[in-house]
Amino acid sequence: MADQALVQFSVNGQAVEIELDTDTKLVYVLRNDLKLKGTRFGCGTGHCGSCTVLVDGQAMQSCDTPLWSIAGKNITTIEGLGSPSSPHPIQSSFIDEQAAQCGYCINGMMMTLAGLLEKTHNPSDAELLAALDRHLCRCGTHMRILKAARQAIDSLKESKV
Amino acid sequence: MSAEQKIEALNPDIIQNPKLSQWLSIDAEGMILLRAGKVELGQGIGIVQLQIAAEELDVPITALRLVAGHTAVSVDQGYTSGSNSVQIGAMALRQICAQARQLFIDAAAKVFNTQTDQVRLTAGLFSAGHTEQTLTYLDLAPRVELDVAATNNFKSKKHTEHTISGRSVKRPDLNKKLFAAGFIHDLELEAMLHARIVRPPSYSALLIDFNENAQATIQAMPGVRCVLVSGRFIGVCAEREEQAIAAAAAIRAQAKWKEDPSLPNEHPEQAWLRSMPAQDSMVQSPSQPVQVAAQSIEVNYSKPFIAHASIGPSCALAHWVDGHLTVWTHGQGSFPMRRELANLFDTATDNITVIHADGAGCYGHNGADDAAFDAAMLAKAADAPVRLQWSREDEFSWSPHGSAMSVQINAGIDAAGKIVQWQQQIWSHTHVQRPGMAPGLRCLAGIHRDPPAPQLPWTDFALSAGGGGQRNAIPLYDLPNKQIDYHLIAESTLRSSALRGLGAYANVFAIESCMDELAEIAGQDPIEFRLNHLTDLRAAEVLKTVARQSDWHSVHVTATDTEVSRGRGIGFARYKNNGAYCAVVVEIEVTDRIVLDKIWVAVDAGEIIHPDGLINQIEGGVLQAASWTLKESLHWDQTRITTQSWEDYPILGFNETPSVLEVRCIAQPEAPPLGAGECAAGPTAAAIANALHQAIGVRMRDLPLTPERLAQAVMQA
Repeated sequence: MADQALVQFSVNGQAVEIELDTDTKLVYVLRNDLKLKGTRFGCGTGHCGSCTVLVDGQAMQSCDTPLWSIAGKNITTIEGLGSPSSPHPIQSSFIDEQAAQCGYCINGMMMTLAGLLEKTHNPSDAELLAALDRHLCRCGTHMRILKAARQAIDSLKESKV
Repeated sequence: MSAEQKIEALNPDIIQNPKLSQWLSIDAEGMILLRAGKVELGQGIGIVQLQIAAEELDVPITALRLVAGHTAVSVDQGYTSGSNSVQIGAMALRQICAQARQLFIDAAAKVFNTQTDQVRLTAGLFSAGHTEQTLTYLDLAPRVELDVAATNNFKSKKHTEHTISGRSVKRPDLNKKLFAAGFIHDLELEAMLHARIVRPPSYSALLIDFNENAQATIQAMPGVRCVLVSGRFIGVCAEREEQAIAAAAAIRAQAKWKEDPSLPNEHPEQAWLRSMPAQDSMVQSPSQPVQVAAQSIEVNYSKPFIAHASIGPSCALAHWVDGHLTVWTHGQGSFPMRRELANLFDTATDNITVIHADGAGCYGHNGADDAAFDAAMLAKAADAPVRLQWSREDEFSWSPHGSAMSVQINAGIDAAGKIVQWQQQIWSHTHVQRPGMAPGLRCLAGIHRDPPAPQLPWTDFALSAGGGGQRNAIPLYDLPNKQIDYHLIAESTLRSSALRGLGAYANVFAIESCMDELAEIAGQDPIEFRLNHLTDLRAAEVLKTVARQSDWHSVHVTATDTEVSRGRGIGFARYKNNGAYCAVVVEIEVTDRIVLDKIWVAVDAGEIIHPDGLINQIEGGVLQAASWTLKESLHWDQTRITTQSWEDYPILGFNETPSVLEVRCIAQPEAPPLGAGECAAGPTAAAIANALHQAIGVRMRDLPLTPERLAQAVMQA
């Protein structure tokens, strides 16, 4: 175990300072210390993608991201993406399409999409599939998820025109 | 009141909960509290129950508060399982709400001093022609006695009057889950501890060394508050979640177990099943002497053990206060769990409250129940509120799995291509070991603690209860002399219980594969061959519909290049022979593997309350079954389950989805709704195998149809 240390970073635009064992995985800090429960624990080994957040705009699996590695970085979670009253276009698309069954895996996917759209406003379908292929869905909601994702990409394209 | 209606049999859920007041009440703010028993499992039943109630009560959905699966509030509708939640559960609610509506209209008529048929009810407001006055449910509540017996004498609305039911209303739960907290995993109790379980490394492993010194070193780890060791049950509670994880890892490293190589050798055709002792039962005996078939075949099919593999591992919270236990669970049956908890702690059910909270996708009896018992054990030992989280490895190693199955069919046709012989045998472990369904303990905590609960005898669902291994074993086709035998394996191998569809997946895969094999011998088109053996008009209609959707009779798939073969296949079943009808056509490409290209589905689920929800369930059922069929199989050595992570258990990914998945629901607004959540699995599996045969002439009868097995099958062909 690593030593306790003070780690500073920002989450959804808010400065955070926390003193903890610096090996602690980000998912537990977000969920238990910062009470941002929209980031889901899935496997703890980076295989399923349900814990995905943005670290400096890059989609990362928070279950295998140690606290020390995010010092000075900007984290975005699903709570920072949008709210029910002011949803991000990605969230709007997923709600419009009702692109969920249980919904457990969806937030991680939406964060990956947000990361993809930060890199490129006009991702190809191959890029979309490649990004989502790091995520698992057990309910078999894939077709709707893809439809919602494509709709979000289109709506953001239009807003950039 | 319209008491002249014909009395039909009371809904079984109403017989179980006979008073209106058990089902609904008006709270102080005027919200109508629906005390439903069917719980949200990701299948969207929450919105369906709200629509049903809003429709009958003529209130907006926002005037309703749904509390499902809460033993201190809700009715006992047993388990949320078997695709019964709309077919039985929601229909009970509809009947209750129709009666409640009439009681409130009667009360309003008295206040308005008019006849009941002069009372209008719109959007929760009661009025009458001769007065400006309006009344609400809250205004009338003191005048309405809800503590009365539910009867069948009250007409629910005709489908032509529906304005809420039959529409695709957006699910309220997703407005939480897709933005922030929304699952049981996200609940917090004040001053709660985080807990982890350290299970034995294999089913029969005995703990031989984890002495007090070793326990003391764990106890001394940062944040650790409680280490519970009882028999083979080990759990740990800590102040922080990562501390509990670290402590569990340390226990795992120190505890020594004696293991026993008690599992059979894996076999690609599940041959070990047939060599084990079995309890034999006749599912159906031939009603006529068996005719001599002109041509007959004996074919064997199998499926492996399959994991639930929900994305969110099981979780539970528990808290003891003055001898009263409260448990939060994402299990399918809060009331059965309360009975099992009462057994486990040797207390009265009155001392226990079980509260449902939504979990990740639930497809049957997964680890949720066991996690709840684990949490209750640890909360008692720690004398603190506890949140217990299972790991992915816990799920693969210890959750019940869907049993491996083996199916043999001897079938023959006469010279005209009619089936004249059908003998079918099924070998399977049980598909039901749910807690609280029989005296004694089924939960892992009860079996592992000291003293352990005695091993309960193995049983399976009776066919009258939908069947377990023999579910959908009887083909829906008009076959003159079916003989169907079930061999329930009496000994344990991998722990098994209910997984979506139970035996229906393997039975329908076998029956529908065999139908194609017979059609080929008869020289008939597979859909025409099926229609020639069906007098059930609704069954015929889904087959004809999916044929039209896929242009079955006019499209002849051909290879796009020399490396790629294409094929189409059909699969059909009526779930449980009393639920939804479902026909699936799959078009595939065959490269070094089976690549899904297009899938068409026709469904007749009777009256549809929530069209988009039904389509969502069918889409999910198809893709989940495609994943089972193409990829999934649990692995073990003679001692342990060796499948531990997603790397060991690949499921269908986004790069493997078809380009088209079209679901068409046949409108039957006047027919009762039929359970649909599990109807697509078997037809999908058979459609894929049948498409493969059409594409390359290879018949694969043992699941899963992985690239490795495909290569073998092609070599042997």
